[in-house]
Amino acid sequence: MRHTISVLVENKFGVLSRVSGLFSGRGYNIESLSVGETIDPRVSVMTIVTTGDDQIIEQITKQLNKLIDVIKVTDMKDLEHVEREMVLVKVAPKQEDKAEVLNITEIFRGRIVDSSQKTYIIEITGDEKKIEAFIELVKPMGIKEFVRTGKVAIAREGVKKK
Amino acid sequence: MKISGAEIIIESLKREGVKHIFGYPGGVVLNIFDALYDNKDIQLILTRHEQGAIHAADGYARATGKAGVALVTSGPGATNTVTGIATASMDSIPLVVFSGQVPTMLIGNDAFQEADIVGITRPCTKYNYLVKDVNDLSRIIKEAFHIATTGRPGPVLIDLPKDVTSFKTEFTWPELDMRSYKPTYEGNKWMISQAAHSIAKAKKPLIIAGGGVVSSGASKELRELAEYTEIPVTMTLMGLGGFPGTHALSLGMLGMHGTYYANKAVQESDLLIAIGMRFDDRVTGKVEAFAPHAKIVHIDIDPTSIRKNIRVDVPIVGDVKRVLTALNKVLKDEVKEQWGEVRKAWLRQLDDWKAERPLTYTWSDEVIKPQFVVEKIYELTKGDAIITTEVGQNQMWAAQFYKFDKPRTWLSSGGLGTMGYGFPAAIGAQLAFPNKLVIDIAGDGSIQMNIQELATAVINKLPVKVAIINNRYLGMVRQWQELFFGARYSHTKLDESVPDFVKIAEAYGAVGMRATRPDEVETVLKEAFKIKRTVFMDFVVDWKEKVYPMVPAGAPIDHMLFEEPEKKPEKKLKAVK
Repeated sequence: MRHTISVLVENKFGVLSRVSGLFSGRGYNIESLSVGETIDPRVSVMTIVTTGDDQIIEQITKQLNKLIDVIKVTDMKDLEHVEREMVLVKVAPKQEDKAEVLNITEIFRGRIVDSSQKTYIIEITGDEKKIEAFIELVKPMGIKEFVRTGKVAIAREGVKKK
Repeated sequence: MKISGAEIIIESLKREGVKHIFGYPGGVVLNIFDALYDNKDIQLILTRHEQGAIHAADGYARATGKAGVALVTSGPGATNTVTGIATASMDSIPLVVFSGQVPTMLIGNDAFQEADIVGITRPCTKYNYLVKDVNDLSRIIKEAFHIATTGRPGPVLIDLPKDVTSFKTEFTWPELDMRSYKPTYEGNKWMISQAAHSIAKAKKPLIIAGGGVVSSGASKELRELAEYTEIPVTMTLMGLGGFPGTHALSLGMLGMHGTYYANKAVQESDLLIAIGMRFDDRVTGKVEAFAPHAKIVHIDIDPTSIRKNIRVDVPIVGDVKRVLTALNKVLKDEVKEQWGEVRKAWLRQLDDWKAERPLTYTWSDEVIKPQFVVEKIYELTKGDAIITTEVGQNQMWAAQFYKFDKPRTWLSSGGLGTMGYGFPAAIGAQLAFPNKLVIDIAGDGSIQMNIQELATAVINKLPVKVAIINNRYLGMVRQWQELFFGARYSHTKLDESVPDFVKIAEAYGAVGMRATRPDEVETVLKEAFKIKRTVFMDFVVDWKEKVYPMVPAGAPIDHMLFEEPEKKPEKKLKAVK
C-alpha cells in the first residue's frame, strides 16, 4: 500500500540524512521525497511517498516520530488532502507532431516554458495520474528526458475523511 | 567573564554532576585535557584504548543509572568508540561521548585525524551534535544529558572542533527548550484498565520483564504486581536483576538459552505481560510460533518497540515505573480479584516443569565444569556482587547459574553482544562502587579483546576480579560448529595460542591465579576475593562443555536441546535458517 507521509522537522543540517538513514537502515523504501521550508523558517516539511503493509507504515511513522528533530508526522491516508507533483518534460517532436504536442499540453493545462529549434520544455502540475497520463500520451512523439519534483501534500481544512 | 570552550565543557559537566570521565588524549582535545589538568571536581580515568573508555563509561552508567561520560580525540580516537556506542545504543544505556574534531575550517578537507564521526555514529546514537559555535556549547551539553537519560535512554555524541574549544564566550546555563523531544511517560488510562481486566480473566498469565524494568527503577513495582496477582516472572537477559532471581515466582531467563520452564510457560500462557522489553529474536525464536495462545499486553516507553516484531493486544506506551504504579492501583481498587484458587493449577504446572528439567550440568571430579565456577562465585558472594560478563558461553552460564536479586548488579552486552565489554565495564562499575565486589566473568577469547585495560585497573587501584572461563576455544561459536557444522572447528580453536593469564596479570602488576582441578576452584575464589587488588583467575575448564538448554536459531522457543550425551544430539540436528 502506498502512503504519503508529511513530516515537520527542525530546519537544521543533517536532518535529511537522519530521515533517509532511517529508511535505508531499516530497509524501508522511499519512492519520492521533497523538502522545503515552511511558513516558519526554522521548520521544514518533508513529503515522503513510501510503500508497505500496515505494520511497516506504523513502524515508519513511529520511527520518524522517535527522531529527535522530527516535530510532527502525518500520514495523509488518514486525512482528506490535496497532492500535487510537477514534472518538466523535454520533448523533441517531429515537425508533423508539433501541433499535437501543443494540443495535449493545452488539454492538460500545461505550459511551454522553453522552446528551441527542435525541442519544447513543458511544465505539468497535477496529481500522479495526470502526470503519468501526460507522459504516456507524449512518449510516442519523442520525450528526450523529464524530471519530477516528487509529491507535495497538504491537508484540507474542515473536511473529515469519509 | 568570558571563558574558553574547554572551560565551558568542564563547567557544564560540573553542573550535570559528573565526577568521572573515561578518556584518552590526542591533538585536537588538548584544550580540554589542559582544562582538566588543574580541575579537582572531575577525575579523568585514562584507559589504554578508547574502546576501554567507552565500555567503562557504559559499565559506570549501568551500575549507577547515571550517564557515563567519555572523552576522546578525533579520527581513530572517535572511531574506536563506535563499538561501545553501538553497544550502549542496543541496550539503551545513557552515555555522553565527547569527541574531538579538526578545526571548523578544516572539516571536510580530509585533514590529519579527521573522521566524520557524526555521520558514522548517526545510526547508533540516540542523537549527535557537531558544535559549530562556542555559544551553543553549554546548551548542547545540557540537551545531550537530557536526551541521554530521559525517555528510552541512549548514547549521545558531541563532536567538538578544536577551535570551538579555544574560543571564548560568556558562560550561560540555558533552560531546556526542545519542542520536538517529549517522551511519553504516563500510560493511557483506558489501556491500563484493559490490562488489569485481562489479568483478572487470565488463567495462565506470565510476566516477561526486560531491561526497561531496570532502567526505569521499577523493581519494587514489578515485585508488587507479581506478588499481588501471583503471576510468575521470567526475564530477558537485560532484565536480570529487575526481579529477584531467588523469588518463588521467578522462572529465570527465557529465550535461546532460557530455562525449560520459562520457555514452556511462554508457549502455554494465555496472557503475556511484557514489561520494558522489545521481543528480540533471541527471546522469541520463531516469531510465528511464539506464545500461540497468549493475549499480549506490552508496556514500553518506546512506541517503536510495540508491534515491531510481535502482535500486541494491549499496547501501553509509558515509563514502566509509572505504568506499573497505575496498574497496581487499578488492580487493587477496581478489580479486587481473589487470585488464589485460579493460580494454583498454573503454578503447580510450573513447579512440575521446574522439577522435570531444572538447569543442570554433569559433575566431574577430574575437570572443572564452567557452570561450577559460576555457581561457586554465587555461593561465595551470596549474590552480593556486581557481575559483568564478556560475550558467549561465559555470558550465558553467568546468566543461568548466578541468581541476581538486585537491579544494576548484572552488566552485560545483550543486544550487540560485544566481546571485550566485561572487563572495562567492570572497571567503570568498580570506580562507581569502590567498596563493592566487582567480578567480570570472562572467556579466554573475550578477555583478550580489551586485556590492555589491566593497566587502567592496576594504576587506579581498582580491585576488579576477572574469572576467566578458559576452555581454549571461542566456545559459543565452537558449540554451534559442533551442533550444526559437523564439528568442523573452523578458526575457533585457540589452544596453545592462549597466553598464560597468570603471567600477563603479573606483568601488569596485578595478581594472577590458576585453578585446573575442581577442588581448587573454591580456594582460588576465596583467596582472590580477600585481596584488595586487581586479580585474574584462570579457570582451566572442560572445553567440551556446551550451554544448555538451547533453542536453535529460528526454531520455536519450546524446541529446546538438552544435555543428553547418550543420544548424540549432534547427529540429529540441523541448522534452522
